[in-house]
Amino acid sequence: MPAQSIWTLLSWGPDGWSDDIASGVLVTIALALATLPIGLVIGFFVAFAKQQEEPALRLAGNIYTTVFRGLPELVTLFLFFFGMPLLLQHLVRLFNPDATIDVNGFVAGMIVLSLIFSSYASEVFLSAFRAIPKGQYEGGYAIGLSKWQTMRLVVLPQLIRIAFPGLENCWLSLLKDTSLVSVVNLAETLRQSGVAARVTKHSFLFYSVAALIFLLLAVLSSIATSYILRHLGRREAR
Amino acid sequence: MTVSQAIAIDKPPPQARGWPRARILGYALVGIWVLFGAGIVAYLVYAWNAEFFARYAPAYLQGLGTTLSLVSISMVLGAIFSLPVAYGRMSKNRILSGLAYCYVYFFRGTPLLVQTYLVYYGVGSFRPELETVGLWWFFREAFYCGVFAFSLNTAAYQAEILRGAIESVPRGQWEGAASLGLHKLQTLRKVVLPQAIIVALRPYGNELILMIKASAIVAIITVYDLMGNAKLAYAKSFDIQAYIWVAIVYLVMVEILRHGVEWIERRITIHLHR
Repeated sequence: MPAQSIWTLLSWGPDGWSDDIASGVLVTIALALATLPIGLVIGFFVAFAKQQEEPALRLAGNIYTTVFRGLPELVTLFLFFFGMPLLLQHLVRLFNPDATIDVNGFVAGMIVLSLIFSSYASEVFLSAFRAIPKGQYEGGYAIGLSKWQTMRLVVLPQLIRIAFPGLENCWLSLLKDTSLVSVVNLAETLRQSGVAARVTKHSFLFYSVAALIFLLLAVLSSIATSYILRHLGRREAR
Repeated sequence: MTVSQAIAIDKPPPQARGWPRARILGYALVGIWVLFGAGIVAYLVYAWNAEFFARYAPAYLQGLGTTLSLVSISMVLGAIFSLPVAYGRMSKNRILSGLAYCYVYFFRGTPLLVQTYLVYYGVGSFRPELETVGLWWFFREAFYCGVFAFSLNTAAYQAEILRGAIESVPRGQWEGAASLGLHKLQTLRKVVLPQAIIVALRPYGNELILMIKASAIVAIITVYDLMGNAKLAYAKSFDIQAYIWVAIVYLVMVEILRHGVEWIERRITIHLHR
């Protein structure tokens, strides 16, 4: 192999790997951003179920968080990546005997990360729910708002503000967890850096690049969240 | 007001009777979970394969041993290494605290998987240099690389836990001890740490649980821990029960630890409850 300088390896184009890694970064960001809304919605409803008076609803919510916080992320990922096609195949074969199912790495990753993210986010939402005094609900009912209106207009705005710092942590660990999906061959940042490392034999260089990219993403998200937090704070002051 | 009246007032409101919407939904959701669990049990019974079990159960047990030793060695080494890092984080020296901050930020800001790759594949690419220094035997073994990466990672988290716990003890405690003539180390050992442990116990327990869960990662760098053996069993048999069994083992381990930590916490905060 001709001696290539580090700068050639890191350049953009056919000789360098920057373009390949950049496409991986886009996949990482897309995966995290696609997971976020699903995870937030599920997490919110799980927390909502866990603070109901009905014991059956609480039990269902508790099983959810126990299972998905207790399982290692990697085990959950493999269970879904290998198990879901089996299950779906059985179901589909009931209707169409020779159908085959292939699960996309992106979709499997998205489902698994949503499950994990939502179980952590539900704990954050739950403690935020508990921080809102009962009088807020009662006040809402007293001025004639319905249950749903009280939730949307009175509780939710406060809930988001209280839960925000905890959700930021969940987001940061979601960003890091996306790297796990590389083991089912999704071409995200770590996967692309790994390919570059294997082809060029400059493992240390390319894995350092991957680490720096994840650091950069973390820094960028904390800049973004501090901006959002300032925005939320301003709304509170008015 | 008589006693019976007071009791009647303090009682929580009676449960709604009949079938309100929340109850129907709750029963339905619990029903789904029961079905799901029953489905897995039924599958395991249906797919029961004495040969599979005889072949892989010992490997799983041995993998469990690898997982536990990896986690415990890393936790202990990380705890030792977290002391200077926590000291650096709390130090007034700009350079020292800056260095410690960068260390913690790096290890908490990057995925553990990347760190593990960086140690196993990245450092491994300096083989000639390592051989001259005589450290190659260490970085050749995937297990040692895993321990190395995990210790550095958990040291960063544990340093933050330690710092948070020590800083949660009010300054007056230090000043009071100083006015009694205790020097700094004595103060730390006899006054601050006993109070800090109560704060630190839960985060430490969480960190231990996170480490057990994260230890599945070493399966990817060819360590045959619990997850590694499951991967091997799946690759040989294409039987999904390989992963189901391993999931059950991890879940049981995590639940035991979680309840253990809660139990210890109840014990050591017994003087705070009325």
